[in-house]
Amino acid sequence: MENTTTTSTKKVVEADVKKPRLTAAEFTKEFKRQWVLVAISVAYVIYGIIFYYLPLVGWIMAFQNFVYADGLTGSKWVGLDKFKFLFSDKTFLMVIRNTFAMGVLNLVFSTVFAIGFAILLNEVRTKWFKKTIQTISYMPHFLSWIIVVAIVHDALTSTGVINEILMSLKIVEKPYPFLQIEGWFWPIVTFSHLWKETGWNAIIYLAAITSIDPCLYESASIDGAGRFQKIKYVTLPGIRPTIMILLLMNLGNVLNAGFEIQYLLGNDLVRDVSRTIDIYILDWALDGRNMDYSLGTAAGIFKTLVAMTFIVVSNYIAKKRGDERLF
Amino acid sequence: MSEEVHEIRIHRRKRMAAEDIVFYIFNTIFLLLFAIVTLYPVLNTLAVSFNEGNDAVRGGIHLWPRVFSTKNYEEIIFNRPGIRQGLWITVARTVLGTFTSLAANALLSFILSRKKFLFKSGLSLFWIITMYASAGLIPGLILFRYLHLTSSFWVYIIPGMVSAFNVMVMRTYMAGIPDSLEEAAQLEGAGYMTVFVKIITPLCMPVYATIALFQAVYHWNSWFDAMLYNRFDPQYTTLQYELRKLLDSVSANTGGKQAGTSATAASVATIVPTTVRAAATIATMAPILALYPFLQRYFVTGLTIGGVKE
Repeated sequence: MENTTTTSTKKVVEADVKKPRLTAAEFTKEFKRQWVLVAISVAYVIYGIIFYYLPLVGWIMAFQNFVYADGLTGSKWVGLDKFKFLFSDKTFLMVIRNTFAMGVLNLVFSTVFAIGFAILLNEVRTKWFKKTIQTISYMPHFLSWIIVVAIVHDALTSTGVINEILMSLKIVEKPYPFLQIEGWFWPIVTFSHLWKETGWNAIIYLAAITSIDPCLYESASIDGAGRFQKIKYVTLPGIRPTIMILLLMNLGNVLNAGFEIQYLLGNDLVRDVSRTIDIYILDWALDGRNMDYSLGTAAGIFKTLVAMTFIVVSNYIAKKRGDERLF
Repeated sequence: MSEEVHEIRIHRRKRMAAEDIVFYIFNTIFLLLFAIVTLYPVLNTLAVSFNEGNDAVRGGIHLWPRVFSTKNYEEIIFNRPGIRQGLWITVARTVLGTFTSLAANALLSFILSRKKFLFKSGLSLFWIITMYASAGLIPGLILFRYLHLTSSFWVYIIPGMVSAFNVMVMRTYMAGIPDSLEEAAQLEGAGYMTVFVKIITPLCMPVYATIALFQAVYHWNSWFDAMLYNRFDPQYTTLQYELRKLLDSVSANTGGKQAGTSATAASVATIVPTTVRAAATIATMAPILALYPFLQRYFVTGLTIGGVKE
């Protein structure tokens, strides 16, 4: 009854370890037999080196004053100056805070809402109703952030539906400028994520709930458990492994939670809370006057290193707790 | 089952009936609200897109257009060459990109799922590393410039062709196919490529469909690469990027200047009517909304293949 994301990957890895060592002659024979596979693999390795490993060489830009025309070999070396600038830059510290804040808010609320939605949907007995709601629920996942931001923007402007409701209920006198108030930006981003992804995230929890042994519910009923007790003592413990795995997986991704929506929805009035690490990097890459590839690269290195630390730590926690490892 | 237990059950069912009804009512109301919150913005945009432009300024349009008009759609189809160009590029990259990445991922997954492959663990590790060690945006940008991939259509197709994540999903699926099929074919004299094309591929159609669906949606929805690599080359623009430019022109006067979108704000000086924006939004999401109810069984199976396994 263990629901795990990586069972099969793990099995494969174990099989690798147990593989008997081949003698030189056997190796040659096998190599000749699989030369097609080896040849194709070489092509994949070349492709991977070019598009995934070669950019890592570009990290030396962070230690230079990189000028495109001079290239990696011609640009002047500046040591750790770029990193020193980065950590004394108030904007950088601010974008780190924003990225973490929105990432964590998103992680917590997405998980809670997805589990809640899956449980409620699972309680529905009318099949067509359940199916219809579910089909509607994951529709927004397939819309681009551009469209989602347009929808959120339209709903929250002065003539939007939210202000219309608030005004007809006499809660506000005149339209409330949600998009121009700093305090509203993080909640709006979190809500937009919920609108877009709750139904989608619930799929995996629903699958986990469905695979819980029905006998457990029956025996809980016989013991006198009500609906909410069954949810608390059967459903939630039953999907606990899934919840843990997804939480830890998403924890490793927490820094990647912030780019498109913040970039598309942010404006000058809320820029202190809207900008994330990715937007900060993009500003160094695009802006004509202030363009500094070296600074952007340094910020990118920081982000990758922190993200990898997160992944290693969450993996370590998972191992310690006895849950499945992530990779 | 003894009479007694049976009686207890009936008794319990009666006792819980009232509580059940209250719960079902609240649950149904809650789920209906959820559906309304999800659907309303889309239906509202649809209504606005079919309303006459000047009339819509008054606001108050909800689920049905007040003054019906198809002018907005005519406007985006006939008067906006950017959108038409974006549509062509988007369709091209969706078709070509989905096909090439599916083929590339499938072949790599096939190699990695061969149990006797000599360099299996090495090659796996090589690709797993790429999932975590991301070089970041700027080194990629510089590399693509060196490779002449910027200011070109191919930047949409080539760099993202192999995705380690998709490979892991497909490999898991392929590893579940019995070896005996492969061995039998090889006894008949089939080479690896024949095994891949004739035996593995037909059995992998569900996972292929899933990956293809995800890739197609990704290509249809992308705009960032168009902005980053091709913003000075309008012939390589994408549909979503064109939609963004259109929407941006309005948010400029309601939400203040967009942070860091100098690239798009400068290119659109005139303010586009809300109705035209709505029409463009609907046109952009229409293909996905039209197709996805039919494809949903694929992505549900896909998620369960890659994710929860019993």
